[in-house]
Amino acid sequence: MKLTALLSTFLMLLLSFSVFAQKPQIQEPLVFENQQQQDRFDKLTKELRCLVCQNQNLADSDAQLAHDLRREVHTMLLTGASDGEIKQFMVERYGDFVLYRPPVQQNTYLLWLAPLVLLLIGAWVLFSNIRKRASLLVDSENT
Amino acid sequence: MNSRTLPLIAFVLLLVLLVAGLKIADQKTELPSPLLNKPAPAFDLPVLGNPDQRLSKASFLGKPYLVNFWASWCVTCRVEHPVVTELAKRNKLIIIGLNFRDETNDALGWLDQFGDPYDINLRDADGRTSIDFGVYAAPESFLVDPQGMIVFKQLGALTPEIIETEILPRVAAMESGN
Repeated sequence: MKLTALLSTFLMLLLSFSVFAQKPQIQEPLVFENQQQQDRFDKLTKELRCLVCQNQNLADSDAQLAHDLRREVHTMLLTGASDGEIKQFMVERYGDFVLYRPPVQQNTYLLWLAPLVLLLIGAWVLFSNIRKRASLLVDSENT
Repeated sequence: MNSRTLPLIAFVLLLVLLVAGLKIADQKTELPSPLLNKPAPAFDLPVLGNPDQRLSKASFLGKPYLVNFWASWCVTCRVEHPVVTELAKRNKLIIIGLNFRDETNDALGWLDQFGDPYDINLRDADGRTSIDFGVYAAPESFLVDPQGMIVFKQLGALTPEIIETEILPRVAAMESGN
């Protein structure tokens, strides 16, 4: 008696998890006119981020939104949109974050230039240290 | 500056960076919408449960309205539902329910079960309009002014605080401006 109650509770609990399930959808394979289109599609979906699972790109993600955005990229490719136009379409809707490679613009100068600045600082520290030590060496030789 | 203070300063700066990074870590998944302060995307959608009737962005111009993206499969939408219901009761603005990536019967059943606070429900079956709005979570809400501009966006569920501090003051300002 107790066991059946326990079992039914467990089953109810399992059942309640089904609310997290997403509606399954049959995804039609995307068909391209030529290999070049397929290559462009592969490249674009690797450079565009899935907004739902933010550390995956559109090519890898199985989220519903990623499916829909892949379909959108596919449709745009077939209607003759350029890679730039497709990226622009995504940026207008989801912002720069959708691009895995951030564009060089006013608010990303720091991001792009920081490695160079750090390299220059490192070089400056290195050379000033070498010079200091060299002069110490000369001083000790003179004495 | 002697050779001991420099590493100490560097360490303190790193510590500041760490603390700042931890502080904003929670907000990192929330993205600023590029659509904010831009015209709301055009839409032309059938009414939920009445596919013969279609409504477009033009039919709502002239009045402030809230576009609330929801779906029957969206758990957070249920949490948000009482908040939307409360807002609807106050009759301050038009609330458009935008049912997306959903089945008509599931959506109508959801409204039957929990109540329908919306002035009108539109059906975006394939989610194309939700892509135009840059929706990537559910629910999401957009406050649109009488000129058709998006003036506020809420990612995730609306709360009573957001209604009081973000939405109603903006609606009041629109009305006094007219």
